[in-house]
Amino acid sequence: MSKQQAIPIIFNQVKQINWPTLNQFLSATALPIVGIVIFIGLWSLMAKNIDTSLGQFPGPSAVWQQANVLLDEHNAQMDKADKFYQRQDERNAVRLAKDPSYTPKIRAFTGAPTFLEQIWTSLYTVMVGFIVASLLAIPLGIICGLSKNAYTAINPLIQLFKPVSPLAWLPLVTMVVSAVYVSNDPMFSKSFITSAVTVSLCCLWPTLINTAVGVSSIDQDLLNVSKVLRLNALSHVIKIVIPSSIPAIFTGLRLSLGIGWMVLIAAEMLAQNPGLGKFVWDEFQNGSSESLARIMVAVLTIGVIGFALDRLMLMLQRKVSWDKSAVLR
Amino acid sequence: MTNKKLLRSLTIIVKSLRVGVMSTVLTSAVFATGVSAKELGWPEKEELKFGFIKLTDMAPLAVAYEKGYFEDEGLYVTLEAQANWKVLLDRVIDGQLDGAHMLAGQPLGATIGYGTKADIITAFSMDLNGNAITVSNDIWKEMKKHVPHQNGKPVHPISADTLKPVVDDFKSKGKPFKMGMVFPVSTHNYELRYWLAAGGIHPGYYAPHKGDTSGQIDADALLSVTPPPQMPSTMEAGTINGYCVGEPWNQQAVFKGIGVPVVTDYEIWKNNPEKVFGVSKSWAEKNPSTHIRVVKAMIRAAMWLDENNNANRPEAVKILAKSQYVGADYEVIANSMTGTFEYEKGDKRDVPDFNVFFRYNATYPFYSDAIWYLTQMRRWGQISEPKADTWYKDIAKQVYRPDIYAQAAKALIAEGKAKAADFPEFATETGFKPVQKHFIDNIWYDGSQPNAYLEKFAIGLKKDSQI
Repeated sequence: MSKQQAIPIIFNQVKQINWPTLNQFLSATALPIVGIVIFIGLWSLMAKNIDTSLGQFPGPSAVWQQANVLLDEHNAQMDKADKFYQRQDERNAVRLAKDPSYTPKIRAFTGAPTFLEQIWTSLYTVMVGFIVASLLAIPLGIICGLSKNAYTAINPLIQLFKPVSPLAWLPLVTMVVSAVYVSNDPMFSKSFITSAVTVSLCCLWPTLINTAVGVSSIDQDLLNVSKVLRLNALSHVIKIVIPSSIPAIFTGLRLSLGIGWMVLIAAEMLAQNPGLGKFVWDEFQNGSSESLARIMVAVLTIGVIGFALDRLMLMLQRKVSWDKSAVLR
Repeated sequence: MTNKKLLRSLTIIVKSLRVGVMSTVLTSAVFATGVSAKELGWPEKEELKFGFIKLTDMAPLAVAYEKGYFEDEGLYVTLEAQANWKVLLDRVIDGQLDGAHMLAGQPLGATIGYGTKADIITAFSMDLNGNAITVSNDIWKEMKKHVPHQNGKPVHPISADTLKPVVDDFKSKGKPFKMGMVFPVSTHNYELRYWLAAGGIHPGYYAPHKGDTSGQIDADALLSVTPPPQMPSTMEAGTINGYCVGEPWNQQAVFKGIGVPVVTDYEIWKNNPEKVFGVSKSWAEKNPSTHIRVVKAMIRAAMWLDENNNANRPEAVKILAKSQYVGADYEVIANSMTGTFEYEKGDKRDVPDFNVFFRYNATYPFYSDAIWYLTQMRRWGQISEPKADTWYKDIAKQVYRPDIYAQAAKALIAEGKAKAADFPEFATETGFKPVQKHFIDNIWYDGSQPNAYLEKFAIGLKKDSQI
């Protein structure tokens, strides 16, 4: 076999055998990595050339460094909290000795919330707002999907409120919450209620609309089966309607959660309610040379959490979906 | 490492759970009858939330917290930065905040009903001086031509006479000359107006009885409100040509290279009263011992800040530079807090009294200080009707409460934490400072005669004049 003949044969073999696996490998892991590397490269290149009045725009290394600083600050604050509780115990003991009628009370740490605590606050708020909205939107959507009359009645309202920006709601929500939610020993703080209600108001619509559409486009065959079996209204909804509209409902839920997360950050920023949005705003106000890098850490965190929330919903959807062969993305 | 962190977070969660359980168990188990201590009662309210604006003069609050002075009084204080002065005042009024770092004019303005009407009192003055007026680079370039120089450096204090040609030039071109201040009843508003008017630039009148609260009637320079931390960026964006604000936002302009501070308020009125610690009157009546204890802690903080010739200031700057307090860079805050002030970039001068927290009886709430602010409210039309001298004194006595301050100071003296010599002689103190003579326009101020004082100004309302 001459050399000239050998090359195409080997080449062909390589093409036939290796291409598919390489392709899979590329698309599964390598391409995202390439994307990220290019992004980081471009980012650090751009960062070097942007000078703001707060110093240079933070590159990847500055952001990484600040992420570590934020973690350290969290740990330092935890240490401080330990000492705070210790001092408090001692002080209570002293006062009890002087004033036996005193009822000692352990007070929660009064220090400023750290970055990690702000993340937790935001996550908690968005989940509460989202769950409340879903509990309202899914039943309402099912009713709209089942009854043409109900849909015609509610549709104008949906169309009217759907495009309203959350920030337009915010002042109203704030005032209503402070007027209505009055108690001496509130279980939740007002700021939490305000943020959660704002998130709920914006989470309602995608779920509502998608549920209604999903329910109204159920396969005629399935409806016929329900009729033949003479299912009553409740079992009709549970056995036929909900299972067959699960994909549509989840499409709505995923959209809602994404919107809710975006809305929450903006609401926290504007209303100065605790959470990641407030963190970003506070850092912006500080105007220190590290502020931009710290904001960038928050931006990336917000992105990662948004992505994780979406994946979580996707996993749930796969779990509850009856059609395991459907392509979900 | 991560395990350790996790463990720590877990212990905190366990602790907060314990708080809930403990408090419910204890409150249900024991019904305590209040027994007050002999000297000073236990605090009626132990968990407090105080608001502040990101300015270096919030230092007494931060120091009282970090140094444990609040805890020494049995108070568990949370400090919370507020978005702007209006939000801060509203939250004190509706009880979301127990007290706050306030502009001296805020308790007075609220009490006489300019803006939101509410009874706010103060028993503690937080500091003297600490503000400056900054103009943008372009304005400075024009102004500088008229500023007298010595050894190649501008001679301070710079009067607004040098700004007048620039403002006239703006006017002739039909462009508005705009400046920022932080709040309609802020010290900054009155200081800026005082400086401008002293240089013949009319800062404009208010006419609240006609519903005009813009304060721009007859104005040569248009003043408007911008929250302190946003001053540099607003000027950078060209929305305003200059501003009057507290630190670190003037030094920030120098560091960013976007503007030049031209005059400090120390030069406009030597040792002028600046912020106060305000609480609502109803809160003070409900929590008298708590209030005294808060003032005690803050007096100790102020003493610490001025101790040994400002020896503790670098440490204070480190505290303030934390992101939950002021959060600006250490160098920026240190510039003014450690007794220096940088005007043009590189032109750093000694101003040892730029921030005064305790000496010269800085923390004592003088009636004459309150009356000065009231005279300026009258001068610029915020008080639209003429008022008698007795009215000024009555309002001052309603809002400023040296009696509470005296109780706190005496308690500290009794505990050996302060000396009697550190404070005014409480038995004889009238609350009126002797005639003050150090103003940029050399007009003297006697707090006992507010109407006669108003007569002395060329620009401004006086006697029966009304808009």
